[in-house]
Amino acid sequence: MDVEAAKLVGAGLAVIGLSGVGIGIGNIFASFISSVARNPAARATVFPFTMLGFALVEAVALYALLISFLILFG
Amino acid sequence: MSTEAHSPLSQFEVHTLVPIQIGSVDASFTNAAVFMVAAAASVLLFLSLGMAKRAMVPGRWQSLVELSYEFIANLVRDNVGKEGRRFFPFVFALFMFILFCNAIALVPYTFTVTSHIIVTFAFAAVVFVLVTLVGLFKHGLHFFSLFLPKGVPIALAPLLVPIEIISYLARPVSLALRLFANLTAGHTMLKVFGGFVVMLGLAGVAPLLVIVVLYGLETLIAFLQAYVFTILTCIYLNDALHLH
Repeated sequence: MDVEAAKLVGAGLAVIGLSGVGIGIGNIFASFISSVARNPAARATVFPFTMLGFALVEAVALYALLISFLILFG
Repeated sequence: MSTEAHSPLSQFEVHTLVPIQIGSVDASFTNAAVFMVAAAASVLLFLSLGMAKRAMVPGRWQSLVELSYEFIANLVRDNVGKEGRRFFPFVFALFMFILFCNAIALVPYTFTVTSHIIVTFAFAAVVFVLVTLVGLFKHGLHFFSLFLPKGVPIALAPLLVPIEIISYLARPVSLALRLFANLTAGHTMLKVFGGFVVMLGLAGVAPLLVIVVLYGLETLIAFLQAYVFTILTCIYLNDALHLH
């Protein structure tokens, strides 16, 4: 296979990991919404943890994206 | 790394501005150094000029300074407890410096200091060494009980202790990599979409709108990653001070 073609395929494969991140972020916000719906008073205490969880999962997404970028442009 | 002018990664290249050579060490003043100095200076100006008046009823700027002080003070108090007061200056300096580095990098054509893994790893290494030393000085050899979670049957120790040691050693790596990857990937993404705008001509309005949204996300990330770095530092400090 041509190296350029292999690079494009590799970059595509590298971002498969984003599916897991999609599930993760969906899960975090689904839990946040259902917890706030059950107990609206808990919103202020739960929100920082939601954001922390979101940032941690988002970081995993960007690891995969970074590898893809490095393959494409590196 | 590619040296092509329009590569999305070319924004992260370090250029020497004032060559300085100390012995065999290359200590040149680079564009990275310029932006680090700029970040440190703007933190200093932000805090000292904001508090210059010391008004009883704070104005907008002073409120912002007080808000950032209280934000970190609460973070330290909630996560480390009373003993964390001593580490407040360190945590506050860390947070403000990372935040300002990230914020300055949001301005187009500036250099992203935190997009270099050596910079973020230096931050993480300082945190790691500090946390380990604090734990060792406070608890002595008892500190190593950190590697065996409480209430675990002793039969499981040979399995758990190596895992805990590896996870402890992985902390600085994950701390550094998270900040680095977020900033690098985010800024590369903006550049890639910027390329689409040029490529598509008139239809480039669509990616331009995406850039506006992404820019908002990047602003959020710039703050959030500084926050995550600080809160994890606090959590590690708490582990070392209170051992479980």
